[in-house]
Amino acid sequence: MEQSLNTEQPIINVITPPLWLVAELTYSCPLHCPFCSNPLDFAGEKAELSTTEWIRVLQEARALGAVQLGFSGGEPLMRKDLELLVAEGHRLGYYTNLITSGAGLNEVRIRALKDAGLDHIQLSFQDSTREMNDFLSSARTFDLKRRVAQLIKSHDFPMVMNCVIHRLNIDHADRIIDLAAEIGAEYLELANTQYYGWALRNRDHLIPSRDQLRRAEATVAAKRAALGTRLKILFVVPDYFEGRPKRCMNGWATTILCVNPAGTALPCQAARMLPDMSFPSVRAVSVRDIWYESEAFKRFRGESWMPALCRQCPERGVDYGGCRCQAYLLTGNVNATDPVCDKSPDHGIVLAAIEAGERAPLKPLLFRSPENSRMIMGGLATLE
Amino acid sequence: MIEQPDNAGSRPRIARLYRLQWEEAQQAHVLLFPEGMIKLNGSAGEILRRCNGERPMAVIVAELEVTFATTGLTADVESFLTAATEKGWVEWSSP
Ligand code: SF4
Ligand code: SF4
Repeated sequence: MEQSLNTEQPIINVITPPLWLVAELTYSCPLHCPFCSNPLDFAGEKAELSTTEWIRVLQEARALGAVQLGFSGGEPLMRKDLELLVAEGHRLGYYTNLITSGAGLNEVRIRALKDAGLDHIQLSFQDSTREMNDFLSSARTFDLKRRVAQLIKSHDFPMVMNCVIHRLNIDHADRIIDLAAEIGAEYLELANTQYYGWALRNRDHLIPSRDQLRRAEATVAAKRAALGTRLKILFVVPDYFEGRPKRCMNGWATTILCVNPAGTALPCQAARMLPDMSFPSVRAVSVRDIWYESEAFKRFRGESWMPALCRQCPERGVDYGGCRCQAYLLTGNVNATDPVCDKSPDHGIVLAAIEAGERAPLKPLLFRSPENSRMIMGGLATLE
Repeated sequence: MIEQPDNAGSRPRIARLYRLQWEEAQQAHVLLFPEGMIKLNGSAGEILRRCNGERPMAVIVAELEVTFATTGLTADVESFLTAATEKGWVEWSSP
């Protein structure tokens, strides 16, 4: 699932408490999006946390100061105890967000979620038409999503519509915006694909061309002017095209705590595949000790880990040297400057990826599924 | 249309998409909304926590002047609430 963050927080050198808890309840999902940010080997993950274990995590993170709680996945509605966990989150004083594809949301469950105190629902669409939406999720979900949007409105939840944007749907930005306005969303996130997990595997299919991006930016500007305050549109140009990295997760282990379905605690959802890191499990370690004491969470806090290029750079307080996952996935070196930075000696890798995106892809699009995940784990993913 | 505090009897309240709460860990009031949060400074928190849709602005000003043992806060409160209305944090009900 895609997440976004909108906190205002100054840069300081003391360890700040986590403000956001991302609870990835399950990797189970009836959709098969080829841009999914879940790990490629998700099918090999250990048993999911129990209800009691999740409740303890919610309590411990709230005690540290976490106040935003995102239920994510996979598809969080696949967990039968979602309502219970929302109720506990609400009781503890969290602002509770459900991040869903819509699959599994019906009248009975949405009523129960309202009663449990759920604050907001983010509903994803893959595109603006049935044909493309259903192709991209590799499941017949468009009509279902439209019905779910009506349910969300009739139960008076604030609604964010999320659409992951890439080469195959970016030219439909105008119709995607119209759809968001039509279903009554208060916010629309046109979330440019971030290249981790399945999205990285499929990057040659997904990366937009420079022309496409320019057109989409113009479309968004025109629609913003036309719609005014009715719909707030979030659209951020992907970092590949900007020459500067994003300030990933607001800084490593400064704001966000992710807990994956099996209880592994991570400073970001993509970080599990980083080498030579041992991420603590909430089954064995308290959330307080994970946040303040664990080596994994300390590893990239502050500046001391940075390569010389970043340590001497006046912009290091802006982007913290970029994303560790992206640095590792693209250069093989987890301590490198994020190669989307045009000062990086490895920036050519990113330029080559943009160029490759202008040509026809060599490999077929690989949809996210347990079968494909097991195939990749078995080293059989040589579909070239 | 955003209703403005054009009339002394209008009563401000926290807008539907926002929730105001005191956060012990941050020692501050915060405004919570879908996937986001704004940490408020002391005076913003004191004004907003009085915006419950029942007090007209004049009453809020009077309360603040008592609390802070001062006078002449009308202009400050009004300009803060105008900005907060533009940001969508505050809505107004007519008297
Ligand atoms: S497959 Fe699609 S809907 Fe399911 S978790 Fe991944 S991105 Fe979300
Ligand atoms: S060199 Fe490092 S700190 Fe400077 S802009 Fe690039 S990534 Fe950021």
